[in-house]
Amino acid sequence: MNAQVGLQAPLKLMIVDDSNIIRRRIERCQQIDRLQFVGAASNGREAVELFKRMQPDVVTMDLTMPEMDGIECVGQLVALNPKILILVVSALADKATAVEAIERGANGFLCKPFTDRQLNDALTELLAGV
Amino acid sequence: MLREAEIRTFVRGVTHYFETSTQQAASVGSPYLVMDGKPGAYDYTGIIGISGARRGIVYFTAPKGMLTVLLMRMQETDTSNENLMDLVGEVANTISGNARRDFGKQFSISVPTVVANDAEAVSAPHFRSFVIPINWRTHSAKLVVCLE
Repeated sequence: MNAQVGLQAPLKLMIVDDSNIIRRRIERCQQIDRLQFVGAASNGREAVELFKRMQPDVVTMDLTMPEMDGIECVGQLVALNPKILILVVSALADKATAVEAIERGANGFLCKPFTDRQLNDALTELLAGV
Repeated sequence: MLREAEIRTFVRGVTHYFETSTQQAASVGSPYLVMDGKPGAYDYTGIIGISGARRGIVYFTAPKGMLTVLLMRMQETDTSNENLMDLVGEVANTISGNARRDFGKQFSISVPTVVANDAEAVSAPHFRSFVIPINWRTHSAKLVVCLE
């Protein structure tokens, strides 16, 4: 972990979801002071491009998306920055999918639908120790 | 052909969606079988293609008024046509994706296709479909499950 993060510096948040409603909801409802929203993408391909430009520290990642799905995108983002923190936010509720996402490099999994509290709890857990 | 336990999976998905997303429970009517390949649709329909171990479609269809109030309950102020289409697809996606808790990863779901204001364009790929009636506040909607 780099020194800047250790000093509780702001962490840049990128939101990836093909639903505009969900992107806006995560941006609006997340209440983690350290998280600073820097951009959103609607599919995995856009997310990789935005990631290269914005260099976020934290990503929320949908799985079922056009162009490039979330599992593939997680792998590509982790290859670009192994320290990235990724919270998968998906409706896919089977354990095998959660395990696959974690194996690709995701750090947490939040199942849709979610409450504001569940979102913030998941983000808090994701950032614990950072 | 769907078994009763499989239909319960989708009923649970519907009730869980409304309870969690809106903090207002929906009541679900008795599921019924439609045999003519025309389960019907409201103003907006989000359709999920199913492949893998099962094949067919799952769709959620609702009137504009219901989706507008649903958006507002979710603190979304933009109730444009684009967001209504987004929402109806997201509801269908969420309920179908949640079904994988019971059906497993082999229950593959597509990204949503949305049909707006063209109920005639919504059709089932097989003659037999199960319809799950949904009542939320003063509104009625339905989830249609049509699987081989």
